[in-house]
Amino acid sequence: MINLPSTFKISFRALRVNKMRSGLTMLGIIIGVGAVIAMVAVGAGATQQIAAQISSMGSNLLIVLPGATTSGGVRMGAGTQPTLTMADAEAILRECPAVEAVAPTHSGTAQIVFSHMNWSTAILGTTPSMLDIREWRLTAGRSFTSQDVKSATKVALLGQTVVDNLFGDQDPVGHAIRIKNLPFTVVGVLAPKGQDARGHDQDDTIMIPITTAQKKLFGAQFPGMVRVITVKAKNAEDLEAAEQQITELLRQRHRMGQKQENDFTVRNLTQLMQAREESTRVMTLLLGAIASVSLLVGGIGIMNIMLVSVTERTREIGIRMAIGAKTWDIRLQFIIEALTLSLIGGIIGTIAGVATSAIISSASGWPIVVSPLSIVLAFGFSGFIGIFFGFYPAYKASLLNPIDALRYE
Amino acid sequence: MSLIEAQKISKVYRLGDIDLRALDHISSTIEKSEFVAIMGQSGSGKSTFMNILGCLDTPTDGHYFLDGIDTGRLSRDDLAEIRNKKLGFVFQGFNLLSRTSALENVELPMLYNGFAAHERRDRARQALKNVGLEGREDHHPNQLSGGQQQRVAIARALVNEAPIILADEPTGNLDTRTSQEIMELFVRLNQESGITVILVTHEHDIAAYGKRIIRFSDGRIITDEAVI
Ligand SMILES: Nc1ncnc2c1ncn2[C@@H]1O[C@H](COP(=O)(O)OP(=O)(O)OP(=O)(O)O)[C@@H](O)[C@H]1O
Ligand SMILES: [Mg+2]
Repeated sequence: MINLPSTFKISFRALRVNKMRSGLTMLGIIIGVGAVIAMVAVGAGATQQIAAQISSMGSNLLIVLPGATTSGGVRMGAGTQPTLTMADAEAILRECPAVEAVAPTHSGTAQIVFSHMNWSTAILGTTPSMLDIREWRLTAGRSFTSQDVKSATKVALLGQTVVDNLFGDQDPVGHAIRIKNLPFTVVGVLAPKGQDARGHDQDDTIMIPITTAQKKLFGAQFPGMVRVITVKAKNAEDLEAAEQQITELLRQRHRMGQKQENDFTVRNLTQLMQAREESTRVMTLLLGAIASVSLLVGGIGIMNIMLVSVTERTREIGIRMAIGAKTWDIRLQFIIEALTLSLIGGIIGTIAGVATSAIISSASGWPIVVSPLSIVLAFGFSGFIGIFFGFYPAYKASLLNPIDALRYE
Repeated sequence: MSLIEAQKISKVYRLGDIDLRALDHISSTIEKSEFVAIMGQSGSGKSTFMNILGCLDTPTDGHYFLDGIDTGRLSRDDLAEIRNKKLGFVFQGFNLLSRTSALENVELPMLYNGFAAHERRDRARQALKNVGLEGREDHHPNQLSGGQQQRVAIARALVNEAPIILADEPTGNLDTRTSQEIMELFVRLNQESGITVILVTHEHDIAAYGKRIIRFSDGRIITDEAVI
């Protein structure tokens, strides 16, 4: 019969006698558990950030860019030759069954002035469907309408960053701003979205009707020229079908021969982002794995100390055997010692890991996610290490011959 | 059936190429409630014999029956249980756990047989009182004199009500006065509680407390006689 509370007491006492040594041994586990928790938190934070970016981007997105990726064997950047038109955008919406919405854009950068303040920002000429596609809400005012697009009205929606810089606390709706010296009326304010995947401030922007951008601000090499067409597929499964339908349609509309290269490029943004999300996840695993190595090293430290402890206390083991300690009494005593070391190390390590995560987060501005699962795992793992690495020394101790142990000097 | 029966017990140590015969076909029986003193010059095998009687060591050859049970057939844990319940040890060097109070040292054997904490405490206190150490419960071994430490060891040997006490030179480290007190304690245990006492000693006046003296020489028993 094994007396657990007393065995615990014996173990605690033994650990307290060698405070310095117990502390140093625990340090190995503390660093290991802390590293695992902090690394996983950094990785999970990055993953979550990307997931947030994906959802801020809008879901099931394709973008169509003018220009071929290759031309006569020479790789060209997409978007280098203007080939897309408003009519292409309308045709995509009309004729591709997998497509739910389309927003052509024509953009540029310009100086904006409001009273004595000025600010330089990206001007996005587009249609009202852009707001749906990007799932972009308004915090004030209204959107511009198809009518505004038809008649090239000088109205603007401001991103939050622009509002902050030009208006401060003032409500911009209804005010007139000047873009490239042309007066525009602010009709609405876009809800803040934060940074995109490249760290670019998505709120530092102004939306105006695309026709206004073409005719009054940036000009067009030919009537109805469009720089980018953003397409939303009906759902995630339709993304590939939409890509195919758009490619076929545009080749037809651009009268391209069988062997001719596409003069446009279709990109699946959602897939691209999901690939990034996946690679971040892999990075998280990798970081966790590296940190686990230090946890393993900590475990070996425990084993080392327990072996020393068994040797040092051979006489004590002999005395205990002489008065009736059985194999498992001796084993449990040492296993519990190892377990206590690793679990206390695990608790302190968890606290250290969470604190480190918080420090990393506040120093670098990275989002950090301390998941309960990583704590449970690190904790469970340190317990496992205690039992695993404690068992061998305990086993060794229990096999001693009572008289040899008693005679040990 | 005798309490202790040794049948042709031999213990051989191999030292390099030489065989050292520490015990050479020892046969002897000891009955319940006997008080036996074992004597003999140094190296004659007294401790070796005691360790085998105490199930701390195993003979190379021969059989040791304790209460009619052949101990050679028992497992490690069975032997541990016998040491716990039937045998109480008293060593020359006391063998107490340092950094552990007298009371806890005496509680130790009960840790391994499932007594509740308060029961352990009560019995350990009682055992310390029996050996005249009332009020010393919380002293650690290094705060006690040699005689007091040996009393703690005796209390520890008694606390599980073991019917046999094995003492290997229990007074070897003590002065004459203290030795006499310890021996009187053994005599009282033997007479009042019927505990079988087997002790090893070099001194005739210590051996004289016993009722029977067994003499060892070169691993053999040379005389075995009652004290008149
Ligand atoms: N572990 C061992 N390895 C080798 N030889 C041993 C061992 N233990 C005892 N011996 C030898 O066995 C013989 C008997 O030893 P034992 O300790 O039984 O003597 P003893 O009668 O108790 O002597 P003392 O009165 O000095 O205590 C001695 O020659 C000793 O050297
Ligand atoms: Mg001896």
